[in-house]
Amino acid sequence: MGTGSPTTLFEKVWSDHVVAAETPDTPAILYVDLHLIHEVTTPQAFTVLRERGSRVRRPDLTLGTLDHSTPTTPVASFRDLAVAGDSAARQVQKMQENCHEFGIELFGFGSEHRGIVHVIGPELGATQPGKTIVCGDSHTSTHGAFGALAFGIGTTEVGHVLATQCLLQRRPKTLSVEISGRLAKGVTAKDAILATIGQIGIGGGTGHVIEYRGAAITAMSMDERMTVCNMSIEAGARAGMVAPDDTTFTYLEGRPRAPKASAWEASIERWRSLKSDSGAVFDRSITVDGNRLSPMVTFGTNPGMVVAVDAAVPDGDGGPGFRKALDYMQLQPGQRLSDVGVDVVFIGSCTNSRLSDLQQAANMLRGRKIANGVTMLVVPGSQQVKKEAEALGLDQIFRSSGAQWRESGCSMCLGMNGDTVPRGKLSVSTSNRNFEGRQGIGARTVLASPLTAAASAIAGKIADPRRYL
Amino acid sequence: MQAMRQLNSRTVVLPVNDVDTDQIIPARFLTTTTREGLGQHLFHDWRYRDDGSDNPEFVLNSPEARGCEILVAGRNFGCGSSREHAPWALLDYGIKAVISTEIADIFRSNSLKNGLLPILVQPDVHARLLQNPGDTICVDLTTTTLTLADGSAVTFPIDAFARYCLMEGTDQLGFLQNHLGDIVRFEEQRPWTP
Ligand code: SF4
Repeated sequence: MGTGSPTTLFEKVWSDHVVAAETPDTPAILYVDLHLIHEVTTPQAFTVLRERGSRVRRPDLTLGTLDHSTPTTPVASFRDLAVAGDSAARQVQKMQENCHEFGIELFGFGSEHRGIVHVIGPELGATQPGKTIVCGDSHTSTHGAFGALAFGIGTTEVGHVLATQCLLQRRPKTLSVEISGRLAKGVTAKDAILATIGQIGIGGGTGHVIEYRGAAITAMSMDERMTVCNMSIEAGARAGMVAPDDTTFTYLEGRPRAPKASAWEASIERWRSLKSDSGAVFDRSITVDGNRLSPMVTFGTNPGMVVAVDAAVPDGDGGPGFRKALDYMQLQPGQRLSDVGVDVVFIGSCTNSRLSDLQQAANMLRGRKIANGVTMLVVPGSQQVKKEAEALGLDQIFRSSGAQWRESGCSMCLGMNGDTVPRGKLSVSTSNRNFEGRQGIGARTVLASPLTAAASAIAGKIADPRRYL
Repeated sequence: MQAMRQLNSRTVVLPVNDVDTDQIIPARFLTTTTREGLGQHLFHDWRYRDDGSDNPEFVLNSPEARGCEILVAGRNFGCGSSREHAPWALLDYGIKAVISTEIADIFRSNSLKNGLLPILVQPDVHARLLQNPGDTICVDLTTTTLTLADGSAVTFPIDAFARYCLMEGTDQLGFLQNHLGDIVRFEEQRPWTP
C-alpha cells in the first residue's frame, strides 16, 4: 500500500502478509491470520508435527470443527452420537485427540458452534476483511466474500501452517469478474456463479485470484457473496474476493469473534481501504451480464457444463468427454431439462446451507408437498443455522412438505458420512460439484440454486423456480 | 520424499479432460489417518467393476500399463477437491510424473510436495504423447527436459524452488522453519493483529 500506483484488493491483502518476498529461486513466505481445520485433511499433518517434535505455533489462530464425515441424523444429544463407519469414527477421534494435545479450539459434538468449516468461520465473525485464511479444503475460497484472501491448501501445507503459521507461495495472477446489472426474480447468486463458471470454463481461472465486482455483486447479501466466492475453485481459481463494504460490516458487527468497541472502529477504518483502486490493472477481465441471467442447472459431470433451466441439453463439442458425461447423466442432446425426473433433492453444503438459502427454499415449499417418490434432505450448514431456522419454524415447513430435516454437516455434498444418493438416481443438489460419483457411486448430480431445488422437489422433475414464485 | 533427477518410463495414457480428484480417489476412501496404502483405491470407480473385479476397459488394467511411471492425461488434470490423497494414491500406485497441457493449482502444489512431478507441455507435444501410449520417454529434472521416443526434446516449466526440493528429496518445512526469526519479526512489527 502507499506506493502510489493503483493496486488491486488482492495485491493489498497479499503485500500486507509477505514475511519474505519471493525471488526467482524461492517463493514468498506468506503469513496466515486464520487457519481452519477439519477431521479429513489434518491427521497426517499432525503426524508430521509429532515426528519432528514441533508444536502448533499459533493455536490461537487455529480453529477446528467436525463436518465432513459426521452423521446428520437427528438425535436428542449430539454427545452420544456415533459416526458413520469405523474408520470415520477413528478419524473424528484422532481430530479430538490432536486438538486436545496441541491446544487447538475444536467445535466438536455438543458445541453449538459446530458446523461446516466455511459456514462457521463467517458466522463466528472469525472471517474478516483483509485476513489471510487457509484450510485444507478447496472451498476456503468462500471466506473471500469478506475481502479476505482465502484459499485451500493440501495436508502438507496444513503442516506448514501448524508449525510456522506461514506458507510458501508464488504470487498468483488476478482476474476481474464483473457481474453487471440486476438479477431478475428467481435468479440467485448460485445461478450467477454457475453462469460465470460456464463462461470461464472449469480450468479458466487456474493460476488466478478472482475479484468479483459490479452492480449485481454489490447488491448481494453476505450469504449470496459467499455462494459466489465458494465456487471460485470450480473455475479453477484458488481464491475469489469481494471488496468489503457496509453490507460486510453490518454482517460482522457484534459477532462473537469480531473486534469490539474501539478495536471495531479501528478495524472498519482499515477495512474501508480494502478495495481495488480505480485504474488498478488485472491480468485478465471478463464481464457477465447479470440482467440476462436465468436460473441455471448443470447437465454434465463438471460445474462448467451448465445451461438455463428452461433450455435443452446442448449438442456440445461432440467430443468424447462430452459424450461420456451425457452417458453418465443418462441425458440426450436436445432433451428438455424440464422433462428430466428427479429422485433426490439435497439442500445443503457450504455453497447453499445458510439461513437465507433455507428461507428461500422454505418459502417455496410452504403449503406445498414434494412429489411422490422424491427424497428430500435439508441439511443446515451449522448448528447455529439450524437453531435460527427452527426458531423461524422452517423445520416445520420442510417436514410438512415431506422433506427430512437434519443436523448440520457436509452430508450429501460428498457422501462421506453415509448420506448418499443411490446408484443411477438423479439428484438436484445445491452443492458445488457434480463430478461422477461425488454424491454416491453412480449418482447423477444436477447443481442448482435452493429455489430451483425446491421447485424440482415439488414438480418431481427439474423445474423452473419462476413457476412457483 | 525420494530425490528425483531422471525418470525413464513407458507412458500410460488417460485421454480424459478435467479428471477431478474425486475420480483419482473417491471421498469414501478419505477416512484414513495415514498416507499409505491409497494406491489400491486409485481411480477406484473407473478401475473396478461393481463386483470388485478389474474393469478390463480401464487403461490402468491393461497389461501394457504395468510398471509405467508416467501418466499422460487430458487437459486440466487434478481439478476439484484439495485432497492430498490424490498424489498420495498416484505415488503409492507407482506413478512418478503426470503430463498434461493444464494441471490444477492445488493438485500441482500437493504433487510437488510429495515427489510427484507435474509436467506441462504444449498442445502439439501433448497430442503426440496422447497418440502414442506406451512410448518410452525420459524426464530429466536437472535440465528440465522431456525427451520423446523419437529423440526430440522439449523443456518444461517448473518452479525453481520446487525443482530444488525434488532433486534433493527435501521437504519445504525446513526452509520455513529456518525463517522463524523473520516470522517473529513480522508478528512484532505488523500494524494490526488478527
Ligand atoms: S459442504 Fe461439501 S464442498 Fe463444502 S466443505 Fe463440506 S464437503 Fe467440502
